[in-house]
Amino acid sequence: MSIILDKVSHIYEAGTTMSVTALDNVSLVIPDGQFIGLIGHTGSGKSTLVQHLNGLLKATSGSIYFNGEDIDAEDFDKKRLRSKVGLVFQYPEYQLFEADVFSDVCFGPKNLGLTPKEVELRAYEALKLAGIEDEYFYQSPFDLSGGQKRRVAIAGVLAMKPDVLILDEPTAGLDPMGRDEILEQISKLKKETGITVMLVSHSMDDVAKYVDRIIVMNRGGVMLDDEPAKIFKQYERLEEVGLAAPQVTYIMKALHDRGYDVRLDINTIDEAKKEIMSYFSRLAAAKRRR
Amino acid sequence: MGVIKVKDLIFEYIRRDEEGNVEGITTAVDDVSLDINQGDFVSILGHNGSGKSTLAKHLNAILYPTEGTVWVDGKDTKKDEYLWDIRQTAGMVFQNPDNQIIGQVVEEDVGFGPENMGVPTKEIWERVEESLKAVGMYEFRKHSPNKLSGGQKQRVSIAGVIAMHPKCIILDEPTAMLDPKGRKEVIRAVRALNDVEKITIILITHYMEEVIYSDKVYVMDKGKVALQGTPREIFSQVERLRKLRLDVPQVTLLAHELKQEGFPIPEGILTKEEFAEAIDRCADML
Repeated sequence: MSIILDKVSHIYEAGTTMSVTALDNVSLVIPDGQFIGLIGHTGSGKSTLVQHLNGLLKATSGSIYFNGEDIDAEDFDKKRLRSKVGLVFQYPEYQLFEADVFSDVCFGPKNLGLTPKEVELRAYEALKLAGIEDEYFYQSPFDLSGGQKRRVAIAGVLAMKPDVLILDEPTAGLDPMGRDEILEQISKLKKETGITVMLVSHSMDDVAKYVDRIIVMNRGGVMLDDEPAKIFKQYERLEEVGLAAPQVTYIMKALHDRGYDVRLDINTIDEAKKEIMSYFSRLAAAKRRR
Repeated sequence: MGVIKVKDLIFEYIRRDEEGNVEGITTAVDDVSLDINQGDFVSILGHNGSGKSTLAKHLNAILYPTEGTVWVDGKDTKKDEYLWDIRQTAGMVFQNPDNQIIGQVVEEDVGFGPENMGVPTKEIWERVEESLKAVGMYEFRKHSPNKLSGGQKQRVSIAGVIAMHPKCIILDEPTAMLDPKGRKEVIRAVRALNDVEKITIILITHYMEEVIYSDKVYVMDKGKVALQGTPREIFSQVERLRKLRLDVPQVTLLAHELKQEGFPIPEGILTKEEFAEAIDRCADML
């Protein structure tokens, strides 16, 4: 179930004076089951890229292969692709429309031609995966909190049983607790289902804790592609392109600059705490020896 | 009296079901009083649904109090005749830039406000230029707003407010949709407007790092002011903030957690420099 991008470029309004190159010769392999963070500043091409992955946008040049099949081939079933690569847009709660939560989540699978029983089963599973309790199923989605609405919208995509789940800025506009809740839920459903998940974000603090691979985009191209610790170590390059490492990375750097022999490849508070504590126990031991 | 004064403000709205029958009454703002002086930088924190946006909408007469009074520059917002004065004195920037841009060209959009105020043409262009420069969008002045990214659009929206030369700007989660650089630029522009032009700033945000520069922080919960104080006073209360569904900056949290482990570090550390100095003291004491 891999996705392969081979030299994909996308130019908006090609051939006019207004043409903008949004993707510039991007080649990527997205194998099964990875948890990926797609990072870039606004306008770097992230959203354009993800819209290619389920065929909403067509590459100006280059090819995209889904399970080895060219998605732009004449006989390729794009409808199937869209159910296999689920895309949760920014502010997905604006797309809720049904009278109650359960019907809203049923809408997608209903259009797949499944039996009503199957549709309901899928909706139920999806709502559970998204962390929505039974008591909310027959409430109007508009009476829920911002974070809950967003999870209902995510359930709507999960009900299509995608192999790949892409979330474009899933935490935008949520309070800190709401942010943590939704990321924990995504991380949990990733573990339970094993599907490929791609988090599109510009918040390094958000992705650092969860993903196992980070792709950094800049000017329509892939600038860095590696595991999080290695990416954040290059915070100077991140800053050049309008991004930043998590604040803790800078804290450790500040300590290091003052002569403390601490590790620099740190990107969560837990790691930082452990590292500082271990540094101090080493320091204490050294002083005792003296 | 400060540029913005809120006294015993209560705002209630009636909830209705689909047939329009009254289901109940929600009190979104519950007995809030504030006094904000000209030139202050004030931040308002609170989880989603805590009432902070509803409060903000009272500060430039988008909503009117059910009970209590709001004065902007000494003018009661309930009085119709002051409406345009109030909106000009207290400009508002919203979260979603797509809902607040109307012009076909960036510079026209920014000029829209002053044009409606009857500013002479020559001065409109001066204001447009200075405002766009203040938010780092001058080079995009001839672009169509539709072609800008979310972050760029937001900076244009802020320029549109600045161009009206308000005494006070209310920003309702202005950085929620921006990347780190865009956020930094917006916050820097906002601080500069406060420092240099002495414009009063009321910043509503979910990003704790943006709050550390303010003179005063209000934390809202269930429509009430749950906490108020300087950033240091507020962020010293890590556990209390967590109960209010909020965070503290990462550096504050790290200091707090080390303190729990027995490190002699004070609460309310706000910057990495302060943190490093605290660690120096810990090392000296070993």
